[in-house]
Parts: sequence; structure tokens; C-alpha cells
Amino acid sequence: MIAFMTRRLLLGVMTIWLISILSFIIIQLPPGDFVDAYIAQLSSSGSQVSAAEAENLRQLYGLGEPFYVQYGKWLARIVTGDFGESMEWRRPVTEVIGDRIWLTLLLSFAALLVTWGLALPIGIFSAVRQYSFADYAFTLVGFIGIAVPNFLLALVIMYFAFVWFGASVGGLFSAEMALAPWSAAKVWDLIKHLPLPALILALGGTAQLIRIMRANLLDELRRPYVVTARAKGLSESRAIIKYPVRAALNPFASNIAYLFPYLVSGSIIVSIVLGLPTVGPLLVKALVAQDMFLAGTIVLLLGVMTVVGTFISDLVLMWVDPRIRHQMD
Amino acid sequence: MADPILSVRGLKTQFFGPEGVVRAVDGVDFDVFEGRTLGVVGESGCGKSVTARSVLGIVDRPGKVVGGSMKLRRANGEVVDLGTLTNEQMRKYRGPEIALVFQEPMASFSQHYTIGNQIGEGIKLHMGLDDRAAKKRAIELLDMVGVPQPARRVDDYPFQLSGGLRQRVMIAMALSCDPRVLIADEPTTALDVTTQAQILDLLRTLQKDRGLAIILITHDMGVIAEMAHDVSVMYLGRAVETGSVKEIFETPKHPYTRALLRSIPTVLAKPRTRLPTIAGSIPHPFDRPKGCSYHPRCAEIIGAVCEKAEPPAVDTDDGRQVRCFLHGGMEEAKASLAGASA
Repeated sequence: MIAFMTRRLLLGVMTIWLISILSFIIIQLPPGDFVDAYIAQLSSSGSQVSAAEAENLRQLYGLGEPFYVQYGKWLARIVTGDFGESMEWRRPVTEVIGDRIWLTLLLSFAALLVTWGLALPIGIFSAVRQYSFADYAFTLVGFIGIAVPNFLLALVIMYFAFVWFGASVGGLFSAEMALAPWSAAKVWDLIKHLPLPALILALGGTAQLIRIMRANLLDELRRPYVVTARAKGLSESRAIIKYPVRAALNPFASNIAYLFPYLVSGSIIVSIVLGLPTVGPLLVKALVAQDMFLAGTIVLLLGVMTVVGTFISDLVLMWVDPRIRHQMD
Repeated sequence: MADPILSVRGLKTQFFGPEGVVRAVDGVDFDVFEGRTLGVVGESGCGKSVTARSVLGIVDRPGKVVGGSMKLRRANGEVVDLGTLTNEQMRKYRGPEIALVFQEPMASFSQHYTIGNQIGEGIKLHMGLDDRAAKKRAIELLDMVGVPQPARRVDDYPFQLSGGLRQRVMIAMALSCDPRVLIADEPTTALDVTTQAQILDLLRTLQKDRGLAIILITHDMGVIAEMAHDVSVMYLGRAVETGSVKEIFETPKHPYTRALLRSIPTVLAKPRTRLPTIAGSIPHPFDRPKGCSYHPRCAEIIGAVCEKAEPPAVDTDDGRQVRCFLHGGMEEAKASLAGASA
């Protein structure tokens, strides 16, 4: 098992390395070199860059040298935590991304909890009471959840929240807290703002996971080991929860891996509509503005997070399913 | 002979599907005695397994026991009709009174828990032991059914065991709460012949040591000949012939029993001769033949009667029960047919 995990880790590092090459290619894609673009940007806003300054920058990034040298220099700086400069914001990329990465992670985690919290009981109920009225009702709601784009849902909820409660839903902080430094009050403000965006972001995935859970559990409920459990004299609820539900849990674990990239790239519109300070809208802006160091960094981060997420989901799967655990030996 | 431990009369179990009612078990009678084995034999789909599940009250929806009695004599002499119990009341009989050994030991175990956990579960539930005592008992049970290194094996998962070991573990699990009736539903079908013999030996030894009453469900006449004291031959949800194993093998009375026995391959047969088979195939459950349900395939059909009237269960002189007009019931059937058409 330890050998397997080491292998997985090494593979993960390899994957991240490949992603870094890809990110660098993205940074290199726009015509002309980065310094040209930088100078053009600066001059359009009225500042001038001297030839000496430009030459310095070219040296720093290794421009004019072969691709692998440039890549090497870029990678070496990244390792020290220098992700380059955002042209759009004229600030280091790390500063621009800043808290957003943590807020995105937090939001992902909250959405994951909501997804699980809703999908698990509803999925179990729908399978155990197959074709009951409630099963049909959940199925209907579930299909609506899958079919309706969640930015639309976000708009609808914002509308009603405003009309009925006079509450403005949007962002993760209230206006007066958004720029304030971190404090207990700000954390509390965040916690208060978290549930609604988390719910909206979770709904599409929840509807899907309910369908998966229901289908899986329906399969498992027909297995002979359920009869065995009943033949032992277990109560119906215990027999179902201990055996088939446990066997149907695997998709919940694999879900972890997809959630983070989904949240960044799949829910950009929701984030824009709700004004969420996540990485998604930032990525869009960076791409539109050809802010390549920012875009490349976000793509790299996304890749790293996906690899980490997959690794975590593998660990959880191994914990949930002993067959996977023992295949490793 | 002493009173039976389990006495089933007129058991009927039906499945209510959207296309109609399937009469999976349609009037089954049998008795099971302490220390004896009742073999229940028949083709696939004849209702053997449903009969077993009916006794435990674990027929899957949309199936339901709709009639008959299942009288269980408990250790203290009290007689309970299992059919009248609610599911909640029935739970305390599953395991300590009647236990089940299944056909596919792989599929019948959950792969998510250790075998110790799955054996211990019933022990904790019915005997009120704690985790440690339950595990200790699980190890003793594994030892009893011949699992080597039981103290180590108890923490294994089912997929780590061979097929034969899994079936031993399944038997250990069934015996965990000292049941008096053991229903073995095709316990050796999934095993190779050597392992099969070992498992049957084990069942026989356990029966001798504990006076177990065993209901052995199988489609294998060889297993029946080796294991059973009494035999019940089932066809389409009914016991067509019931008697002692010796009688049934030596002088089968029902045409179906005879056909079954003829179609067993023997080593004495001349090479390249065709094995006799039973003509036709099992009717679709929604399309049960009128009259005797075996008549379309029967070689000894008595025209006009078998097609219209259902043969009653007749007790023969040698203490057997047969459902066939060749052995009685003919006069009554003719009379009632005549009455109906008049």
C-alpha cells in the first residue's frame, strides 16, 4: 500500500510537471514576447520604458534564449514563489490571486459538504422507496436541477431574496467587510455569506449525485448479501445502511476530485453573477486581457489542485473500499 | 418418528408484478425433523429458493406469502406459525432458530467488511455479546468449520478467501447463533467437485454433532442421493412427490421424478448414446398450463383428465405423497369434471 501511494505521489509530481510545461506554453502563446506586450501596455497608459529597462526585463525572463532555457528560468522563479507580474494589475501575480485561492477552496469544500449532505439521504430514500411519490418528486426536481444552468438559478434566488427579504445576495462578504483586514468579525461575516452560494454551486452536482446514488443503490439492493443481512435478523434500516449503502458510496469519494476544477472553470458565470471572489472570474479576465503570467499561473494552480484532489479522492476510496486497498498489495 | 421441528402445509408465495401474478410457490407441504435432511430438488425456477425465503419471511418485494402455515416447534416445545408473525417479531427467529446458507458465497458476503465482522454481527444481535466476545466466538466457529488459522483469518475480507473457504465461512456464519434448522440453498453449486464433497461432509458432521435439521435445496440428484434422508421433488411451485430418499430413487412414482432420474448421466451408459431429456421446456410463469402443470411434458399423460383437473396430493401405501392421477384421485376428478360440464 505504501509502495502504491509512493507511486501515486510520483505520478502526481510528474503530472504537475507536465502541466507546468503546458502553462508555460500558454504564457508564450501571444505573438511577440512578453516584454513587447508589457511595453505596449505601459505606453498605452502613458508611461515610458527605457531601452535599458526593457533589456533588463528580457534578461530576467531569458527572452531570446531557447524555449527550454526560458522555461527553466520561469520554473526556477516559481519554485521560489515568484509567479511573475500581472500586466493587467501591475502587481505580482501572487498578490492578485491572494485570498481568492483560499476562498475558492473554502467554497469548493462548502459546496462539497452541501452536495453530500443532500445527495446521500435523498439518493438512499429514492432507491429504497423506488417509484413512490416522493421518488418521482425528487426525480423531477433532480432533472430540473441538472437541466437549469445554475447561473440562472443564482439570478432567480437573488431576485427572490431581494424582493422578499430585501437581502442582497452576492459576494462572500458584506460591503463594509470586503476590504477590511481579516478579523473574527470578518470570518463570521464570511460564514454567514457562505451557505447560499455554496447551495447554488452544489445544486447541479447534487442532482447528478442523487441520480448516481439512486442507480447504484438500486443495483446493490438486489445483491444476495442484502438477503444475507436480512437472514441474520438485522432490522431493515440497519441491513440497508450497513451493506448496500456502504457499497454505493464510491461515487461520493470520486466526486472530490472533480469538484475543484468544476468550481473554477465550470461555474465562472455563477461566480460573476453572484460576485464571488473566486479564481474563476479572474481567469476569464486574464485570458481576455492576454495577461499571460496571471492566466498561466491560474492554469498551473488548477492543475495542481486537480492532482491533489485526485490523490485525496484515491485515499478516501481506499478507505471506503477494502477491495481497492487490498489490490495494492 | 418424533414430531417435526418445522412443518409446512399449503405454503403459497406469489409475486405481484405489473404483468400479473406469478405463483412461485403454490401449495408446498413438507416436514423437517431433528437430525435429518430434507432434500428439495427441481429445475431452476420451480420455487425452491422462494420456498426457503418464505420460511424466513425474507421474500423480496413484490413477492408475498399469501397462504399456508409454517409451524416451528421451538426448543421449549412451544409451536409458532411463522406465517402469522410480523417482520419485527420474525427477526428474532432469523439466525437463532432458522439460518440460511446461500448459493454464491462470493455474492452473499459483503466485500466491505471482514468476515469476523459479518459473523459477529448476528452473535452480537441475538446473543448480546460484546465486540470482543463476539470475535472470540467467530474464531471458534471458523475453527469448527475447518478454516485453518482462524485467529488470523477472522480479519480477512471475503475476497481474500478461496471459494471453498468462503462457503465454510458462510456455514460458520449461519451456525453462529445455534440454529436448529439450517436451510442450505444450493450450497455447493458454485464449487468444484472436490470442494463440494468437503462441504457436504462438513454439513453431515455438523448435523451429527448438533442434531441440526437441514433443508437442502439443489438441482443435483447426486447431492440428494448422498445427503438427504427425505426428498421432495418440486415442479412449478408444487411438491409433486415426497418420500424417503431410498424409495424415490428406487421406485419413483411421479412421471416427472422418473424423467429426472432417467436424465442423470451414468458411467455405465454405452458411449455415444443420447442422454434422455425431458420433452419441452418449463412453461412461462404467466402461462401455467391448466390441469396438472406437468401434463404438456408428461410421457404418461392421461388425456382429458390431466389437461383439465389438478391432481390432488395422494398418500400412497408406503407413506409417500404423490400428485399424479396415475396414483389416485382419478375418480373424484372425473366426477367433478362431469359435474362441471353437466
